[in-house]
Amino acid sequence: MANDHLSTTFAALADPTRRAILARLAQGEATVNELAEPFALSLPTVSKHLKVLQRAGLVSQGRKAQWRPCRLEAAPLHEVANWMEDYRQFWDESFDRLDDYLHELQVQAQGHEKGKEHTRERED
Amino acid sequence: MSERTSAATTTFATPSDREITMTRVFDAPRELVFAAHTDAQHVQNWWGQRNSTTIVDVLDVRPGGAWRFVQRDPEGNEYGFRGEFREVVPPERLVYTFEFEGMPGHIVVDTITFEEHDGKTTILSTSLFESVEDRDGMLESGMESGATESWDRLAELLDRLSAK
Repeated sequence: MANDHLSTTFAALADPTRRAILARLAQGEATVNELAEPFALSLPTVSKHLKVLQRAGLVSQGRKAQWRPCRLEAAPLHEVANWMEDYRQFWDESFDRLDDYLHELQVQAQGHEKGKEHTRERED
Repeated sequence: MSERTSAATTTFATPSDREITMTRVFDAPRELVFAAHTDAQHVQNWWGQRNSTTIVDVLDVRPGGAWRFVQRDPEGNEYGFRGEFREVVPPERLVYTFEFEGMPGHIVVDTITFEEHDGKTTILSTSLFESVEDRDGMLESGMESGATESWDRLAELLDRLSAK
């Protein structure tokens, strides 16, 4: 379930307007009208984007009928940050191993060269 | 081998909230570093976590070719990773997708460049996080104005979150 959630978050983040809405909400609550203003978007368009963000759990909306402020919910962003951290650790460890492995390969290759020299010496 | 003093570290950066760049210098010629990425014999010796065994199931290194690796942990649990090569330019550049089978639809596009100077190879890897909707162009594109700025602000927000 958590994994599906993460995909939904990524899908929600994939759109520049939605990222802009989130960035705006990171500064504080806002109404749908306030969100629409800086982007010169129609209210239905903003509402559509807000629905995607709400489905992803990134935005919640107050229940007060006339005002209904939108609020940023940071938990799914935490998940994204954690996933990126795992990914980073995965590669950090792999690259450490690659470093060791490349060294080993080159030592082996040198050993081979020396082996050949020895054989040649013996042949001489 | 013990006298080896490798101080090599991986440098990470997050240029946006969906991108990670990794830079690492390896003390080896780039043909070898490239081969380490494209030859199954090599890949199984370094790819993935130390406590796990990596099995190279598929490695078809050509544009459109598939790859699939399986990691087996000490308890015998298996984790599959898969993707597709998009660009293959030996020994300079690889572009491929990366997907953890445990999180399907959650795709990373990796671009790796290999540069050699004085016998050392620098890998620069850029990982771009995509969703299936993203990849298939199913999402309608939004307004571009102000988008760059919002990337930066959102990236800052993510930084603050991961610092906690």
